Order: sequence, then structure tokens, then C-alpha cells
Amino acid sequence: MYIMNSTTMLNFFAAAALQLAVLAGATTFPTAPARAADTTVKIGNFTFAPQGVTVKAGSTVTWDNEDDIPHTIASSTKLFKSKVLDTDGKFSFTFTTPGVYEYFCSLHPHMTGTIVVEAATGSNIAQ
Amino acid sequence: MTDHGHDNEKASDGVSRRKILECMTWAGTGVLWTISGGVPRSLGIIDEAMAQEAGGLTFLQISDSHVGFDKPANPNALGTLEEAINRVKAMPVKPSFMIHTGDITHLSKLSEFDDADRIISQARLDVHYVPGEHDVIDDEVKLYRERYGRGTKGAGWYSFDANGVHFVGLVNVVDLKAGGLGNLGNEQLEWLESDLKDRSASTPVVVFAHIPLWTIYPEWGWGTDDSARALAHLKRFGSVTVLNGHIHQVMQKVEGNVTFHCARSTAFPQPAPGAAPSPGPMKVDDGKLRSMLGITNVTFRRGQQRLAIIDTPLQS
Repeated sequence: MYIMNSTTMLNFFAAAALQLAVLAGATTFPTAPARAADTTVKIGNFTFAPQGVTVKAGSTVTWDNEDDIPHTIASSTKLFKSKVLDTDGKFSFTFTTPGVYEYFCSLHPHMTGTIVVEAATGSNIAQ
Repeated sequence: MTDHGHDNEKASDGVSRRKILECMTWAGTGVLWTISGGVPRSLGIIDEAMAQEAGGLTFLQISDSHVGFDKPANPNALGTLEEAINRVKAMPVKPSFMIHTGDITHLSKLSEFDDADRIISQARLDVHYVPGEHDVIDDEVKLYRERYGRGTKGAGWYSFDANGVHFVGLVNVVDLKAGGLGNLGNEQLEWLESDLKDRSASTPVVVFAHIPLWTIYPEWGWGTDDSARALAHLKRFGSVTVLNGHIHQVMQKVEGNVTFHCARSTAFPQPAPGAAPSPGPMKVDDGKLRSMLGITNVTFRRGQQRLAIIDTPLQS
């Protein structure tokens, strides 16, 4: 029999749609302006990705080192500094005050990034 | 060491002679350079006999041991350091001393410093160190300073004399600025100026530091922001040799009376500038790794203003 019954068809499409959703989530998560409370910045190939992140005040940003070389997260104003992060090492910081926070890797200072912290209340319009 | 007999053996194994020569050219292996009046001249392929004839002051440079590194590019960085030291022990002419241009350890851990010492001390040579950024990870640079900082200034800079040659060890891996490169800083530059001030321009000077003191590839941080100020103090000297590490490959440049040279790592190779998405550790075939790691031998012939820099891979 080669005729697919309607239930099988539905299952097939549902599975495909789910897969698409997962894929979309996986690909857009690191680059979209971060609205959620928790955001991850990946360190790979001696770069912070995404390099610029916008979060609401109160959000926690976690850096995750995927390089085979250790890195650090150092605020340009010395507000925060991680211990050295070896491969798979993570560092989190919670940003409570709105502002622009520049940071860099103190071992490889050409690696730079920015966290923009917006007020937690007020406009909900995503930019 | 490179010698023709060994090359011929390889050639008979099916590797073309042209291929070997290409490889040697890329690696700068065993080519003896002399500097006379600022003009570099290759004297050809070095062999052990020539090294023995060299006489004068001979010292070694090792760099970037990264003790503690265990990633795929070289799961046993301590083992390859030991191979390098075994090469030193086997040298026909014992060098006067060794300099280590930093990244002794991978993560500035006490156990890594201990392991590095245990292996390097087997060479039974005085070793003059400068730190790499991997050696100053701990706050206050405590471990490096306790071990290697005796008699040094600031973050660990110093100078000494040997056989009429003035050696200056500089630190360009601390207090780095966001978006910047290596950094010497005002205090060290002022010290350098006063250190060199009363010396005769005919004194050969060797400057060593971890990060290159010439701009190789700023996109990867391969340079030092204020190195031009250091070089200005060195300008009047007739023979200046700058030895660096950090980039894990041999690279050389001559500018006026200054010869810049970067040594191989004993731990893992890094890609040529811009040849990869990042300067991270480069994974090569296991059989090829030891041809990309190595040590550097430097010889001065007194009175002739001649300098020879010989890079020797762990395996050619």
C-alpha cells in the first residue's frame, strides 16, 4: 500500500514543524537581541558571540568558553572580572543597573564586547 | 638539527626533495643568518660542525612551553618540553645560558610551574625568564614573581650582561588595555631609557619579551602598542636583536640594525597570520607536530658584530 493515511501525514508534518522550530530557535538565539533574563555569550575563535548584547536590568549574562585557549571576561571599568576560563569554563554576572558595559579578555585584549542594559520597566518594544 | 644525510634518507622514503626544501623554507630551519652592517646574509644550511665552529657566546631560546596544555593540538605539552630539553642536553657545544620568552605554563598553576621547573632544570643551564600572558593569570602575578622575579623591576623586567652583550628582558603582558595589543607601559619604558643611556652604541643588545615587539598581525593581537618607544631607545645601537615568542612559529624581519625574531613553541603550533579564523592551537597530523615545535640557538662572534640565529625543530 502506498497511500499514506491522514494520521501518518499529520504526524509527519507535526514532526517536521517541530524540527523547524528547534532549528530556528538554535540559529536565532545567539544573534537576536536578548529579551530573556538569562543570556549566553559564547567565546569561540577568539571572539565574543554575539559581540553586542542588549538585556533588561536584572538579567544574568553567562559567558561560555568554547576555545582551546583560556580567556577572561574583564570589565573595562573593573566592575567585574572573571577568573580564567579554560575550555568549557563559564562566568556569570547579573546586571542590575541600566547602562553600557564594555568588556574584554585581559589575556587577549583585542577581544572586546558590549552589554547594553535597559531599564527593566517601561517600553516593551523590541528594538 | 638539519643535516643533508637525514634529508636524503627522507627523500628515499618517497618524500620529494622539493617538498622537504619547501618545508624547510617555511620553517626557517637550520639556515644560518649573519648580520653585518645591518645587512642579513644567509650562509647556507647549518650543521652541527658549523655550530661547533661558531664559538663566541652561544645561548638558547625556548618559548611557549604551555605546561598544562592537554588539548588535541598536543595532549602532552610537558612531554614535548622534555624532548626539547633532551635536545639541549645533547648539544655538542654547551650554550652559556638559556632564555625563556614566556608562557612557561598554560594556566599559571603552581603544579604547572613546578612541572616546568622540574623539566627545564634538567638542562643544567641558567635560565632567564620573561612572563607570557599565561604566566600572569593569577591576581598580583604572585606565582611568577615568587619564582622568577628576584632582582627584577616592576612586573619582572631586568637586564644583565654576558660576554660584552647587553641583555634586556621586558614584560609586555600585564595591564593590557581593552582593544589593545601587548603593553610595556611608561614605567618600564623610562627604566629602559635609563638602562641603555650610558652604554656605548657599539654594545650588541639583545632584547627579549613574550609578545612580538613588531606588529605582525594586530587582528590577532600580535604586536605591542608602545614598542616603537622602546625601539627609539635602541636606535643608536649598531646591533640589536629582538627575540619574542607568543606566535608559535618562526618569523623574522630585519629593519636597519634591528633583527626581530619569533621562536617556535615547544607545545603546539599556531597558524600563519590570517590563515585560519583565529590564532588558536593548530591541530596537525601527529607525525608532523614535532617538525613545528622547537628551540632556537643564538651565537655571537665577538668583534665581528655577527649574529647567528638557528631554529631547530624537535624533528625535521
